[in-house]
Amino acid sequence: MDMYGWIQLALFAGLLLALTKPLGVYLASVLDAGGKTFLDPVLQPCEKLLYRLFSIKSQDEQNWQQYAVSLSVFSLVSLLFSYAVLRLQHVLPLNPQGFGPVSPDLAFNTAVSFTTNTNWQSYGGESTLSYFSQMVGLTLHNFVSAAAGIAVATALVRGLSRHSARTIGCFWVDLVRINLYLLLPLSLILAVFLVSQGVVQNFKPYAAAKLLEPHTAVAPAITNIATQTIAQGPMASQVAIKMLGTNGGGFMNANAAHPYENPTPLANFLQMLAIFLIPSSLTYYLGRMVKNQRHGWAVWAAMLLLFLAGLTVCWQAESAGNPRMHALGVNPLGGNMEGKEVRFGIFNSALFATVTTDASCGAVNAMHDSFTPLGGLIPLLNIQLGEVVFGGVGAGLYGMLVFVVLTVFLAGLMVGRTPEYVGKKIEAYDVKMSALAILILILSILGFTAWAVVSNWGLAGLNNQGPHGLSEIIYAYSSATGNNGSAFAGLTTNTPWLNTTLAFAMLFGRFFMIVPILALAGNLAKKKLLPQSEGSFPVTGLTFVVLLVGTILIVGALTFVPVLSLGPVVEHFLMTKSAVVF
Amino acid sequence: MKDIIKELRTAGLATFFLAIILCCLYPLCVWGLGQLLYPHQADGSLLTEAGAVVGSSLIGQGFIGQEYFHPRPSAAGAGYDAAASGGSNLGPLSKKLLDMAAQRVAAYRHENGLARDALVPADAVTASGSGLDPHISLQNALLQAPRIAQARNISLESVRKKIQEHSEGRDLLVFGEPRVNVLMLNMSLNRTR
Repeated sequence: MDMYGWIQLALFAGLLLALTKPLGVYLASVLDAGGKTFLDPVLQPCEKLLYRLFSIKSQDEQNWQQYAVSLSVFSLVSLLFSYAVLRLQHVLPLNPQGFGPVSPDLAFNTAVSFTTNTNWQSYGGESTLSYFSQMVGLTLHNFVSAAAGIAVATALVRGLSRHSARTIGCFWVDLVRINLYLLLPLSLILAVFLVSQGVVQNFKPYAAAKLLEPHTAVAPAITNIATQTIAQGPMASQVAIKMLGTNGGGFMNANAAHPYENPTPLANFLQMLAIFLIPSSLTYYLGRMVKNQRHGWAVWAAMLLLFLAGLTVCWQAESAGNPRMHALGVNPLGGNMEGKEVRFGIFNSALFATVTTDASCGAVNAMHDSFTPLGGLIPLLNIQLGEVVFGGVGAGLYGMLVFVVLTVFLAGLMVGRTPEYVGKKIEAYDVKMSALAILILILSILGFTAWAVVSNWGLAGLNNQGPHGLSEIIYAYSSATGNNGSAFAGLTTNTPWLNTTLAFAMLFGRFFMIVPILALAGNLAKKKLLPQSEGSFPVTGLTFVVLLVGTILIVGALTFVPVLSLGPVVEHFLMTKSAVVF
Repeated sequence: MKDIIKELRTAGLATFFLAIILCCLYPLCVWGLGQLLYPHQADGSLLTEAGAVVGSSLIGQGFIGQEYFHPRPSAAGAGYDAAASGGSNLGPLSKKLLDMAAQRVAAYRHENGLARDALVPADAVTASGSGLDPHISLQNALLQAPRIAQARNISLESVRKKIQEHSEGRDLLVFGEPRVNVLMLNMSLNRTR
């Protein structure tokens, strides 16, 4: 844990803090159907044209059921669209490598994965997908699934800020405005910057390079290597939105560890910042809309606290390295470099792993499977806590608000008063919906994992044995249910059983979460505003932050401590205190 | 029922028109700007010698000869396969990983003439995440320098100078780690022969 790490961390947190308010203010105008932005002269004609084509009006409003139906129908239609693109890629254009159609179970898994903002990948991009599949079939969801997440969070915030109202906004208007005014301009700027750093953006066939020193490789098989085929593609445009939209699906198999996707430490730094940018600004938007800016900052502070705690553990564990390697004569000062890139080193790999799992991004710049047990525990735990630490775009905020409702409810129980939150009485229905949203995640993660570890199809794909094998499986279902998409990538998941069960985990984690959230939004919007009184539980300040963090940790800990003990924790003690290998 | 048909129609139209804006116009915009402003980077930072592509400054390449600097071990395909990127994904207690590491440590000490208990840099015996890592650490390069000087029959001093020339510091003095680009270094060694 060196000085340069601390400086980079300070810069990261400082820049995030500095950008939260300006983008939060901008978000408030984007998320208001009649809001004015400085991009209106360019984008408003396009916005109006889209409304005309969809035959909707910008002042249309929907109740929560209609909002949920629109979102679900749109997700289903766009899912089928991507499924068709993947299945038909051999007859579609922009396929210079001549890849065949994607198999049905893989196409289903991939289409679900991108529709649910998960970007779980059972395939290697450069060896499976055509440029058209990447650019149209997948990038579409990088935008629209992110927009849908932000839309749901917006609907929930509207539920909080409105009173005696029947509607929570219009899904189609939110979808169009978020894509046009927020995601598109930010992606364009980031993509062009990434090209300047070396991220490719072309439509050429893979380049063939004549090696400087043709040689014979002996492992895994004896191969004469005289040329290097270097994969290309329209990558920068996809990488920019995969970060900003917290999607995380890599263009290449190695994702952000690939030197084309993440060529320099500077590009790496901005990609990490891009992941947290919108989720962080949404907390400012929350404060502004409920007319309690200090509440927005309190939520932000709780997130930052959990982020720093996770990062410190992960960074420390990876710096300490693997004692088994040190015993062989590897310099312990280098830390655990298996699966990491020299240009990023230990700190930037640990920071990226923490950021990508705090948010529901799932891009990786180092292989989590090769992390030390405790270093790998942090990404896993981050996902299991519900990815509420800044979180996915929108998904992080609505996940966090569920915990806020629960915290307010628990605080109310402790002091024996009817709980209230920003002037709304929290009643049985609200608590039920919040608890439902949390329980669905837990059931899906633990249920599918339990099923997989007692089935042959679950164990067949393992790359590692012993406790690490359990970690691979629990990570897969946590990542799928949490719509994260990162992996302990040793697990071979491209089999019909795993593809299918993981796809269902993704669908449960996304839509069974969104529906209770929208129901909560609709119910909150209906309520009358209570006047602030002496007895109201303050949702600002240290007490609130501590209670909120406590609630998140208690729910997460009570649920996942047993399985984490059998996986990463036991592996840690085996690594440090025994001679066992697997 | 009528409502659902209307929703389906809107969803279909939204998918189609958003795909045109977000999946055609936007990538083409980035492509146009990229080709205009940074054509070399947008096309893969490819390196050419005598008109033929010999690699990319961003993508690592395998080397095994005594006269070349060696990159990190690679888990991409048969090694540095730039059409099949990836790491080993072996956990810290994997027997396979530890056996391989023991072999690599022994080989590294042997070929570079190090003592039997000399510490070996971590990056020299571990596979990167991408399998295409173009860099090694400065320490790793310096330990390999005597071998290259001997194999090429040039002074150790001149090899060290080459390493200095091709080492990159932290981006903007803070970001990332100092590193040496193996392919660029080896190319420059060949040029001085």
